[in-house]
Amino acid sequence: MFGEFDTSVIFDNLHFLLEGMQTTLILTVIAICGGLVLGTLLALARLAPFKPLSFIAGSYVNFFRSMPLILVIFWFYFLVPHIVGRPVGGFYSVLVAFVMFEAAYYCEIMRAGIQSVRKGQIYAGQALGLTYTQNMRYVVLPQAFRNMVPILMTQAIILFQDTSLVYVVGVKDFLVSADLVANRENRILEMFTTVALVYFVICLSGSLLVRRLQRKFAQ
Amino acid sequence: MIELKNVSKWYDEFQVLNDCSTQVAKGEVVVVCGPSGSGKSTLIKCVNGLEAFQKGEIYVDGTSVGDAGTNLPQLRSHIGMVFQNFELFPHISVTENIKLAQLKVLGRSDDESQQNAARLLERVGLSDQADKHPAQLSGGQQQRVAIARALAMDPVAMLFDEPTSALDPEMINEVLDVMVELATDGMTMMVVTHEMGFARRVADRVIFMDEGRIEEDCSKEEFFNSERGERAQIFLSKILEH
Ligand SMILES: Nc1ncnc2c1ncn2[C@@H]1O[C@H](COP(=O)(O)OP(=O)(O)OP(=O)(O)O)[C@@H](O)[C@H]1O
Ligand SMILES: [Mg+2]
Repeated sequence: MFGEFDTSVIFDNLHFLLEGMQTTLILTVIAICGGLVLGTLLALARLAPFKPLSFIAGSYVNFFRSMPLILVIFWFYFLVPHIVGRPVGGFYSVLVAFVMFEAAYYCEIMRAGIQSVRKGQIYAGQALGLTYTQNMRYVVLPQAFRNMVPILMTQAIILFQDTSLVYVVGVKDFLVSADLVANRENRILEMFTTVALVYFVICLSGSLLVRRLQRKFAQ
Repeated sequence: MIELKNVSKWYDEFQVLNDCSTQVAKGEVVVVCGPSGSGKSTLIKCVNGLEAFQKGEIYVDGTSVGDAGTNLPQLRSHIGMVFQNFELFPHISVTENIKLAQLKVLGRSDDESQQNAARLLERVGLSDQADKHPAQLSGGQQQRVAIARALAMDPVAMLFDEPTSALDPEMINEVLDVMVELATDGMTMMVVTHEMGFARRVADRVIFMDEGRIEEDCSKEEFFNSERGERAQIFLSKILEH
């Protein structure tokens, strides 16, 4: 098995591997966008003066943050078809799982972001006659988001890595595709080295970008 | 125009405002001064309902600020306010700062808001800075933009909370000049400041606050010329030393 390192197995299966990568990326992007939207709404709810609303949002966040991701993925795999009333396939159930799970983390990031906006800015918006919603929409959230970009991106990188957990319900992401090729062609070393390299390069690029953004924002 | 009747406010046990009553007539300029922590900012923030008060009544242009049924955003939209730290919105340009509330609160068209912004920037002498972001301006320039932003709402009165105390000395006058011009144009103004030169030039009345109380409330001439309470005298001699 370790006799020779044969890279041709990668190129022979390139199309199949790219399809897996496509699944991984779609999952990551939709989970980021959906999680961010839902997370921001949760953050607003958590900070709302109306106590029951902030309690419900708080419970949601605490619940999901206490659950291992893999358990959430399993759950939604069995739960979502039940709720929808028909089989939806692994991909859609993990999509829902990731959005709901990530929302809890994005909520906490956005909450910190909203709280990082100075009180004086809120006063200024109010003094101009903006309503609470307008003040959030035009004054607070844009600044909160901007302040949190580096942390939001770090979370996105973690999410990108976490998507590999979908193997437990048989969704063919990049890692699962590579695993299938590795076993079929008996090229385990080549395939897993490639997988490691690809994850490493993507995540490292992401981290470097975050660091550059941080430096830019620090100015 | 602005009327405060026996206003009191507490932070838990601590009483910040103690039975404050005064009024500002249309076109009048009233300067509020007093030592740090005496409640000046709190008082002025009560006028447009940025801070709630527990006792008393405040009327602006006939509307009761403390009434639960009052539409506060609507009331605030025609009371201009200028803050110590400018509080321009850092994520949008100078022009967009001036346009935002015109568009979203007054429902003006983009064209009209843009024209108002241009006109007001010219008035405060900053036409050439229109497309910059606030962080690219000096403190004095930022404060002048903040005044323009407030004026864009066609306010019936303007509130100032120490508009020059965060500025480097060489920038204070450019802001005061704009304020003096406003005052001479007949704007109703309530100004928290320690700039006694400004008070001497354009104030009609001076209010002196101490420990949440309005200790002096008299005409400018009386305030600067006649006998005052001991605390006001000490305070005044301290700030005039600078
Ligand atoms: N949110 C708050 N909670 C508790 N106490 C507060 C709060 N805001 C202000 N205070 C207190 O109320 C008092 C009056 O504050 P205020 O800011 O109105 O004073 P000020 O006269 O404007 O002082 P300065 O000249 O320093 O601006 C101070 O003693 C301050 O510590
Ligand atoms: Mg103050």
